[in-house]
Amino acid sequence: MLNNLLSSDTVREALQILRDDMPFALWETTYATLLATLFAVIIGLPLGVLLVVGEKGGVLPLPSWLIRSLNVLINLLRSIPFLILMIMVIPFTRLIMGTTVGTAASIVPLVIAAFPFVARLAESSLRELNPNIIEAAQSMGASPFQIIVKVMIPESVPSLISNLTIAVTTILGYTAMSGAIGGGGLGKIAINYGYHRYKYLVMLFAVILLILLVQVFQSLGTALSVRLDRRIRQKQGRRRRKSTPTLS
Amino acid sequence: MRVEPGSMIEIQHLSKTFLASDNEIEALKDISLTVRGGDIYGIIGMSGAGKSTLVRCINMLERPTSGKVLIDGIDMGALPPAGLRAARRNIAMIFQSFNLLMQRTCLANICFPLELAGMKKQEAREKALRLLEIVGLPDKAKEYPARLSGGQQQRIAIARALAADPKVLLCDEATSALDPQTTRSILSLIRDINRRLGITVIVITHQMSVVEEICNRVAILENGCVIEEGEVTEVFARPQSAAGQRLVFPEADSEPLSAEAEGRVIRLIFNGAEAAGQPIITQMAIDERIAANILFASTKSIGSRVYGKMLLGLPDNGEITARAIRYLTKCPNVTAEELPAKKPAPSSLQQ
Repeated sequence: MLNNLLSSDTVREALQILRDDMPFALWETTYATLLATLFAVIIGLPLGVLLVVGEKGGVLPLPSWLIRSLNVLINLLRSIPFLILMIMVIPFTRLIMGTTVGTAASIVPLVIAAFPFVARLAESSLRELNPNIIEAAQSMGASPFQIIVKVMIPESVPSLISNLTIAVTTILGYTAMSGAIGGGGLGKIAINYGYHRYKYLVMLFAVILLILLVQVFQSLGTALSVRLDRRIRQKQGRRRRKSTPTLS
Repeated sequence: MRVEPGSMIEIQHLSKTFLASDNEIEALKDISLTVRGGDIYGIIGMSGAGKSTLVRCINMLERPTSGKVLIDGIDMGALPPAGLRAARRNIAMIFQSFNLLMQRTCLANICFPLELAGMKKQEAREKALRLLEIVGLPDKAKEYPARLSGGQQQRIAIARALAADPKVLLCDEATSALDPQTTRSILSLIRDINRRLGITVIVITHQMSVVEEICNRVAILENGCVIEEGEVTEVFARPQSAAGQRLVFPEADSEPLSAEAEGRVIRLIFNGAEAAGQPIITQMAIDERIAANILFASTKSIGSRVYGKMLLGLPDNGEITARAIRYLTKCPNVTAEELPAKKPAPSSLQQ
């Protein structure tokens, strides 16, 4: 098998696939990941906000049964393994997209799996906020909606972005998994060639591209989060940069 | 100090009870206070006395369990949510930890309350720039708060508090995180604002010096009760309660026992004496040729008057001691008495 893996024929064939199929697969994976993240944020962020503001003593206390059922729903969705969730929501996917095959169709289960995760991440970001700042806004006569939109979310931006980066890399992993049952992209190539046709080199290439994608997303996310953080960290960063020349 | 007629803040029989898991904590007990328009009113107490809870009840950040708060005649507790938010714009608040929005520039921080009130961006910006001038930081408009010192951050917080043209400014331990010099400059800014804009100020603090520096009236809070209340000069001159005395003369507990002194000991009480303590003793030395040794002194100047006490050591001579007491008692607002002869003191007294 090992001879087979590195024989000139297999290498040539793998390079061929790398050139012909990988660019499109890379694109499919990227857009499925980003679109799924976008929809997951659109659904998950408001839920995360509700979990924080709606609790007893929060900015906008909601009936406790509502918060409790929201928590149960999120935990429930988060406990279903993604591969099984994908199969379970097939009827729903067909209802919305008209099909269950292809990259676009795979976005539906991706969003369903990711929004509870995003809601939890948003919740933890918003909880990091100093409650005194919210109290100050209340003392100035801010309404609950103004506090959410003008204080809680903007003040949590650095943390939200670094948590969203975690979400993006997780969703990227899910898109690869969706290749097992009809989704497109790098996952599909890795599974089709590696698992069904024993072309391990092709699978390896797909995995390397996935690794590179994760690196790119993570670096971009971290850089953005640091860049948008106006708190002390930036000040220290500047100081350090300034002091480096004098030290060297 | 400008004093407008009429009361700006009226607290009537205010109580606040917190429900802990299995017991109730009475944070405030039947508090009634009146703050006149234009006052700088100090509320002083040890930590845990209920000061912060009291000030939060004024703008309903904490709902009182019973009692009323009237601000400019409006019953704060009876307002619907939207009405309460509108009323809060008249009651600005600054905090020990400044509580600026860290992701906004200083200018945007000052614009924040104007934004909440729906003022146009350009108009708000112009107003914020004027306020930056008032607090003395015109060059910090584009800086983020994290790059400012504590004192500068508090100045930005004050500018933000003034943005909505409030009638009342609540200061919750506003200088407790600052060094003494910065504290002075912030306090003089607050006094300035009080005089120039006629804003009524409530100062919550545990520091005597803060009250002495800017307040005209004071309430002493202990265990959720107001134990003394009145003009600062009155209350600080003659603190009636034990807690008041502890606050005003924190050193008094450490008054040395007379046993340590050789000879006789006289206790002098300054009850608003005109001059500082030193000249009286010096004058006595010149006039009566009695050289007294100052064993202990805890005095405070409030306005131009002196309050507090002092222990003088004299030679073991009854005639000299009597003469000294006669001389000192003649001074207005000073009382003098001889301490009982030294006894071996039980060590428990010394703590």
